[in-house]
Amino acid sequence: MTAEATRSIDKSIAAPGRESDQLIEEDVPRSKRATGMAQTAVVQGILLIVAAISLLPLVYMISTSLKERGTEFAYPIEWIPTPIMWSNYQTAFEVVPTWTFFSNTLVITVTTLIGGLLSASLAAYGFARVKFPGRDFLFILMLSGLMLPYMVTMIPQFVLFRELGWINTPLPLIVPSFFGGAPFYIFLLRQFFRGIPTDLEDAATLDGAGFFRIWWTVAMPLAKPALATVAILSILFHWNDFLGPLIYLQTQENWTLALGIRLFRDQYQVNFNYTMAYAVAMTLPVFIVFFTFQKYFVRGIAISGMGGR
Amino acid sequence: MAALSIGQRRHMSPLQRRNAMYGYIAILPWFLGFLIFTAGPMIYSGYLTFTDWELLTPPEWIGLENYRDLLDDPAVRTALQNTFIYTIFSVPLQLLVAFGVALLLNLNIRGKNIYRALAFLPSQMPAVATAMLWFFIFSPTQGLANAAIGVFGIPPQTWLWDIGLVKPALIAIAIWAFGGAMIIFLAGLQDIPQSLYEAAEIDGAGTMSKMWNITIPLLTPTIFFNLVIGLIAAIQVFTPVYLMTGGGPGNSSTMMGLLIYQEGFEEYNMGYASLLAWVLFMIVIVLTIIQFTIARKWVYYEGDRP
Repeated sequence: MTAEATRSIDKSIAAPGRESDQLIEEDVPRSKRATGMAQTAVVQGILLIVAAISLLPLVYMISTSLKERGTEFAYPIEWIPTPIMWSNYQTAFEVVPTWTFFSNTLVITVTTLIGGLLSASLAAYGFARVKFPGRDFLFILMLSGLMLPYMVTMIPQFVLFRELGWINTPLPLIVPSFFGGAPFYIFLLRQFFRGIPTDLEDAATLDGAGFFRIWWTVAMPLAKPALATVAILSILFHWNDFLGPLIYLQTQENWTLALGIRLFRDQYQVNFNYTMAYAVAMTLPVFIVFFTFQKYFVRGIAISGMGGR
Repeated sequence: MAALSIGQRRHMSPLQRRNAMYGYIAILPWFLGFLIFTAGPMIYSGYLTFTDWELLTPPEWIGLENYRDLLDDPAVRTALQNTFIYTIFSVPLQLLVAFGVALLLNLNIRGKNIYRALAFLPSQMPAVATAMLWFFIFSPTQGLANAAIGVFGIPPQTWLWDIGLVKPALIAIAIWAFGGAMIIFLAGLQDIPQSLYEAAEIDGAGTMSKMWNITIPLLTPTIFFNLVIGLIAAIQVFTPVYLMTGGGPGNSSTMMGLLIYQEGFEEYNMGYASLLAWVLFMIVIVLTIIQFTIARKWVYYEGDRP
């Protein structure tokens, strides 16, 4: 990839990031011209339709998850089921080893988070603050990884981990995150570090602090917003990942939540109420993260533009 | 730049040299990871394309046989066609919806924060949850999809079990998850200086004129970014196909991502699967180069012009 090409991705990635925090704030007035009543009505109408199309499948999912066994297909659609079967959730968690899946997912999500944050922020700090021969070339090399389909390295990586005897362990999913996380995390953090004034770091240098100490005690605390964004991206990626666990985790006791949904497809698909209960339970934490950390979340999406694969 | 930096090395002071060393140590974990998990595997994968390997015995060198097989493999042709159709419809349509909704949400209207959150949620569902939800919605009996078209008097369809409807159904799901692209458009829209619109209004520009002359040109970098990212993602589509259709009915929804997975991890044809992965990679590279070349003609970067 040419340097020019990379620069233009650089620009287009960086551009949405700068202002995206504003998304969750009450916006400044956009148009001073009062929009006509009719025009407003049309816009509201279109947005209502969009909102309905977005929301209806989600409501359908929740409603089905609370239906009595065998009534999922009752017609006309019963949006508020009678009776409301809260116990479906308990059943769904019992027919597949949900707690095992959950703890496996948690182990992967937490360890990859630690590995990704540490190694990506260190590399990002190196790229942002140190001048060393070959830096720009290496940075472009790193960025080109953004374009690399996972499918290409998937097979040889599998071969590598097979040689190491790591198949059917979470190690192939965890260990790579300690080696830089993902190119995108490094890119995002590097942009952030470059935006921080160097004053505090200069002062620390004068006080005799070394490179790694300054990275850890000065730069990292200042980078908290960017680290939060990376953290959310990392957590969601590993929580949602399907292809990685599908390849590496073979026996059920090692499966993740996302992988566990296969059991519903293969064995319990006649019981869509339990399937939907499981799907709701998997989605709920994501939405909670979204509403709690909207600001970091939206920035992450705005800069990355990746909604899973 | 790299050559220039290397040329300067002779003139580095001891302090600079020490600093440079810290730089190398800082990026070392990433660089090792790049060699071990990306560059090395890619080279090895290139070698594998010339082999027949079923994992149990050592790889057997078969020269160009995989390449010959590739050329008259009807499964590959079908998968390429399906992936092409899926990509060519899902990406532009998703971007169009995302762009339209972002424009409306950028107006000063009541309840826009709620609309924005609602439109955004579907795109953030775990892919497996989305797949199972739509698997249910597209039930051939009384799912939500059949209920919806029933309102218009259309008879029930079999959707994912219908050769003609399975790809449109998968495309519809991709469009439904337009929220990620929408958020990126909104961020781009907010970057456009308000003063430009005010100046245009003084000159008497109407809504459409402002859209064509200010909004769209200044948003071209964002459109371009969404297009590049969207294409790379769509070409690799895997999870919904694997969970919902398994490539069927017949081969009518087999995409390249699924075919690579099946060849590699169900048939254990590691050599042939590696070749398919390289085909996919080459397509991504060619498309990206084409996009960057065409981009010079239509993407406008502020500050690029004198």
